[in-house]
Amino acid sequence: MSGKLKVIAAMSGGVDSAVAAARAVEAGHEVIGVHLALSSNPQKYRSGARGCCTVEDSHDARRAADVIGIPFYIWDMAEQFHAGVVENFLSEYQSGRTPNPCLRCNEKIKFEAVLVRAKALGFDAVVTGHYAITKEVNGVKTLNRAVDPEKDQSYVLAVLTADQINGAIFPLGDTVKDDVRKEAQARGLFVANKPDSHDICFVPSGDNAGWLRERLGSEVGPIVDQSGKELGQHNGAYTFTIGQRRGLNLTVPTPKGEPRYVLSIEPKTNTVVVGTHEALAVNKIVGQPPIWCGPAPEVNKVYKGFAQVRAHGEPLPTKYQFDGTHLIADLDQPVFGLATGQALVIYEDDRVVGSATISETF
Amino acid sequence: MAVHSSQIYFDHAATTPMVQPAIDALTAQLLKTGNASSLHSTGRSIRKELEEARESIAKAAGCSAIDVIFTGTGTEADNLAIKGLYWLGAKAGKNIIITSTFEHHAVMDPIKWLQEHEGATVIEIPVSKTGSLDLTALQAAVTQHGAKVAFISIIHANNEIGTVQPIDQVVKIAGDIPVHSDAVQSFGKIDFNFNQLGLTAATISAHKVGGPLGVAALILKKGVNIEPVLHGGGQERDIRSGTFNAPGIIAFASAASNAMMHMQARDEKIRKLKSLLITKVLAAVPDAWVNGQSENSLPGVVNITFPGSDNEGLLLLLDMAGIACSTGSACSAGVHRPSHVLMAIGLTEDETTSSLRFSLGESNTEEEIEKLAAVIASVVEKSKSAANKKVSK
Repeated sequence: MSGKLKVIAAMSGGVDSAVAAARAVEAGHEVIGVHLALSSNPQKYRSGARGCCTVEDSHDARRAADVIGIPFYIWDMAEQFHAGVVENFLSEYQSGRTPNPCLRCNEKIKFEAVLVRAKALGFDAVVTGHYAITKEVNGVKTLNRAVDPEKDQSYVLAVLTADQINGAIFPLGDTVKDDVRKEAQARGLFVANKPDSHDICFVPSGDNAGWLRERLGSEVGPIVDQSGKELGQHNGAYTFTIGQRRGLNLTVPTPKGEPRYVLSIEPKTNTVVVGTHEALAVNKIVGQPPIWCGPAPEVNKVYKGFAQVRAHGEPLPTKYQFDGTHLIADLDQPVFGLATGQALVIYEDDRVVGSATISETF
Repeated sequence: MAVHSSQIYFDHAATTPMVQPAIDALTAQLLKTGNASSLHSTGRSIRKELEEARESIAKAAGCSAIDVIFTGTGTEADNLAIKGLYWLGAKAGKNIIITSTFEHHAVMDPIKWLQEHEGATVIEIPVSKTGSLDLTALQAAVTQHGAKVAFISIIHANNEIGTVQPIDQVVKIAGDIPVHSDAVQSFGKIDFNFNQLGLTAATISAHKVGGPLGVAALILKKGVNIEPVLHGGGQERDIRSGTFNAPGIIAFASAASNAMMHMQARDEKIRKLKSLLITKVLAAVPDAWVNGQSENSLPGVVNITFPGSDNEGLLLLLDMAGIACSTGSACSAGVHRPSHVLMAIGLTEDETTSSLRFSLGESNTEEEIEKLAAVIASVVEKSKSAANKKVSK
């Protein structure tokens, strides 16, 4: 896509999306600012870095749109957000997996519900403040890492299909965060110094385990070692994450006095299995369903690339292949403490090849 | 993208342009100094103009000057009346409030607050599909609970669908029970006479009749001594303390007198435009329908459902096409919630979020309605395709 487009700028009320919208205007696009209301009962005020859909945030987004000089609307996506992100988050935990709701939000809301609505209303694309770069090579648009490694968000965008990437504009990928803040200041955007959002926006207290307990109950269950020997008890298996060390409250030490880690969660029996650090080593990752951010790899052909398994994790050298159903990564070196439910993202240098939700590890 | 300064404005029920006599009165007052409560001649001269303004507003509203209590907004006047009448009743052991299912939030929310915080029991009288209060149900509630009812509050003309309520009959059924009516949308537009209706309290606001923002009034029968919400200098019968907004009040009076003077001509002109809008829009979108009824209603308010569409999309596309209208009342985050008014007249939640309110005023023209008619079909079509897409789980 090139030339003047009609675009929707998704404005969270934060500094990144405000600068992204301003840059889209400068690039000559006709820009309409839209704030997504994702909670049917939003908190009034933002507390620290938590939450991104308070009434205060929608006000900040509106003021940023005013300063930039673009029309502004609020779209109520609370129902879609609840169905596509919050319920998925709960059911994943119930199944013993550790979901990444930011990925789901990009997949189901920002580049699905919003993009589809935008296109139906006659717009060409959605602009966001994500840190990623799209490049057009031989007429195909690809998703690539941002220049700022600290802020690179290509991992959480790896759930976008080639079509969705075609309808996405990321104006900030070539800039480091500090410069985005300076630019916001220079543009008179008062959100210039607003803290970045972290954590899960729909758990404003930041107490993830408590939030899950409130909704899923807190049934006491056993904590066992790999031989099945009970070492202690917990209040709900789903509040644990694979690789977790703290919060196990075990009184029985290992024979060598080593720390214990969560190795697996068995939701059916409400059991948490623990073991030593070595037992966390993962050499092979299997994920499904795969989403290709560009051309799909050939089936059963082994490629070399990099795997990333956490939002700001290291790129891990790997061989990977697609067997027709699963995306499989054979890591050159083991990775420790990998939770199912997280995303396996494959890169070819800086280009995102695709992603899949981790279903098994070996 | 340029701001649509030349936008076609079909949102006069939200607020309407100030009329020239009110602008003249306001600007003249802004040049004057004086607190209308001061005892010196500077203060007294402002007070004189303020009291003349009170008298003209009383004349326009069909009440005595002493009944008029100026407030900052219609919401403030509604809160003052509802909380005040409740607390007055509660002293005599009356803790029931009777209201309708389709009041404005400025009435509905203080009543809800009294229910949650002050132990009020609330009886909501339903309305018909055409937007009229069910008088039989009201009669039954009064017969059953009469002695325990603190007050009744029924909107005079509904802000979203425009239907006018039979307040005279409400008052008759109420007997000795005080009746409050929110007349913010009707005052200055259709016949509204406080004394003839036999009301105890009513709310009117300046900016809906061509006056400035930030000034309104509670009309409260002399001798009904309700508790104030704001305590202070004792202005306005000790019921609403605060320095008089003399420029606002005087401009309000100009706007009210102007509205009364031209009521009939405006009514005819705007009703004709409304009828044209309905004909043209329904011709362009044959499955659309008008909510409420157009006969016994405000001259300029029309609420239309475009089945299968999504009013967030409709509003955006019309706005981009240079046409301003409304989706109904919005919450503080600006999110469009299903309208309780449209739900009250029997629409489904989906239908309420497929509805738009067009409210016409004196500045509108037939050409503007033609422009709306020219774009509405394609706007509705686009919005329908946007609304159909639901996120998958």
